[in-house]
Amino acid sequence: MWALKAAIVFVAAIFLAAGAFLVFAWRSEIPEDATAGEASFAPELVARGAQLAAVGNCIACHTVPGKPAFSGGLAVPTPFGTIYSTNITPDRDTGIGGWNEAAFERAMREGVDRAGNHLYPAFPYDHFTRVTAQDNRALYAFLMTRAAVKAEATENELPFPLEFRPLLAGWKLLFLRQGEVEPEAARSEEWNRGRYLVEGLGHCGACHTPRNAFGAEDRDRHFGGGEAEGWQAYAINPDSKAPIPWDEQSLAFYLRNGWHEFHGVSRGPMAEVTGNLSLLPDSDIAAIATYVVSVMGDPTPERAQRAAELREQFEADRLEQTADSQSSVALASGGQAGETLYLAACANCHQGARRQPFGGLNFELSTAVNAPNPQNIVNVVLFGLPPADGEASAVMPAFRHILSDQQLADLLAYMRESFSDEPAWSGLVEQVANTRSGAYKVTIRPSDGIERAPHNVGAEEE
Amino acid sequence: MTISLTVNGSSHAIDADPATPLLYVLRDDLGLNGAKYGCGLGQCGSCTVVVDGEAVLSCMVPIMLLEGREVTTVEGLGTIDEPGPLQQAFIELQAAQCGYCIPGMMMSAHALLRRKAQPSEEEIREALTTNLCRCGTHMRILAAIRRAGELMRAASLPGPDEGRTG
Ligand code: FES
Ligand code: FES
Repeated sequence: MWALKAAIVFVAAIFLAAGAFLVFAWRSEIPEDATAGEASFAPELVARGAQLAAVGNCIACHTVPGKPAFSGGLAVPTPFGTIYSTNITPDRDTGIGGWNEAAFERAMREGVDRAGNHLYPAFPYDHFTRVTAQDNRALYAFLMTRAAVKAEATENELPFPLEFRPLLAGWKLLFLRQGEVEPEAARSEEWNRGRYLVEGLGHCGACHTPRNAFGAEDRDRHFGGGEAEGWQAYAINPDSKAPIPWDEQSLAFYLRNGWHEFHGVSRGPMAEVTGNLSLLPDSDIAAIATYVVSVMGDPTPERAQRAAELREQFEADRLEQTADSQSSVALASGGQAGETLYLAACANCHQGARRQPFGGLNFELSTAVNAPNPQNIVNVVLFGLPPADGEASAVMPAFRHILSDQQLADLLAYMRESFSDEPAWSGLVEQVANTRSGAYKVTIRPSDGIERAPHNVGAEEE
Repeated sequence: MTISLTVNGSSHAIDADPATPLLYVLRDDLGLNGAKYGCGLGQCGSCTVVVDGEAVLSCMVPIMLLEGREVTTVEGLGTIDEPGPLQQAFIELQAAQCGYCIPGMMMSAHALLRRKAQPSEEEIREALTTNLCRCGTHMRILAAIRRAGELMRAASLPGPDEGRTG
């Protein structure tokens, strides 16, 4: 009897808790607005929305390269399963054509769609929640004036129980801090503007901050380095491994142009970011650089000292570079396997006379060689940097048909030893093999990012 | 140091620094002048050859990596008297202007057509992304590659006679 009572109480308690959770997780539907898609907006508002959408890099996730812009369907691999981006064109049935501004704003603020479903944090609402109502209005105006495209979103591929969206309410309780952040009065207006763009719409931390077991950004390691689409997003805090530390000028130049003579070219998903940022005014680029450099902080005296030497070396080199500096390197072969390979296959460009962005970066200046994980070099050596379509760009040939796993591993070991004081990398042969086979997935993009390539339909609609 | 190289089916013992780019050995030691020196930096594609079925830039490949591998150059695709299907198509459609880029274009196309007899327009363009042509004869090059694909498919189909007797 006693046992039965206890069991009843126990079961009742579970149901109550589950019920309470569902109430907590429930969000109302915002009624469909049949006329939302026909609304018109001031051209200035739409133009500002275009700039903001570039900061948010919306097109990158919400477009399959070669398909209409913003029509969704891109597979976003996550450690939990594959999520497909949604159609954010103003198509009424398959896009956001029936969403009023309040529904759009709620999605940005709370990660809830018009119908009241919780959205997966692959949509970075943990950052977008910082966007002001005014900027959301401009973004809304921009998106609602794109061409409507009928394109049904693909089902996500998530294991049980993750497809049960109310669970996301629990995730949000733990990891989502809603709302805008107050400007810091002690900092400059430029710094505050930079922080607003970087921490909000720019969502830099989505790639550059490591994630915890629940896939949420680890706030204690803000900008400590993460990954995206098979690429390492380097640490951009005091742990930055750039041999010559970034400063406001170099970072602004890099973000504006997609390369810097002391840091090399942007590639992988970052190529899209720097490509998109070209829509921004200089003042916003400078603000972003100011804020990010402040997060990196002043370099230690040893690092500053080393940087000064490098700067001198490379500035002097540039003055006295002669035509024969190319051949002098390649002839000095001999020694261990990695070294011979480096001298024969890499040094011509990477120690040659050509300057960035068309020559190879000297590895003395390379963040990649100093990074904890060599993935980016593995990617670039195997698959190269494909040239941009129809314009001058950085390019590197692919070596996957030439180098075996062992040879590339030897090469990496040599580079690490010669160009960095960091400890040797381990497991290189396996890492190369998995990248080559596709067991480890890597997205390969032209050096300017694919969305701006002339053959991309998305680019033509802009 | 002596390295043995297999080029267009025949093997050669090459006495050279193992770091020497394949392109130099092809042109200077073997007298195979089809592959061209354009940039020497892996940026133009005029030096493209095929190694084990894949298009590679011979200016970037040190010969020490080629021991035991099959190299094919444009000379391996046919002769003046008996041009292969790619060469035939390029002649037929007059795809060359100055011709400097053409051997590289053909070798990239060769690797593609081996893999896929009937590539899409997109795939052809993709295969040629690393091949530049300063004369601007791109449209004819594309047409020639499509034509070569047709010729190859026609050659591998049973001819009308075989069809009747078989
Ligand atoms: S000569 Fe080899 S790519 Fe230009
Ligand atoms: S035909 Fe002259 S470079 Fe192509």
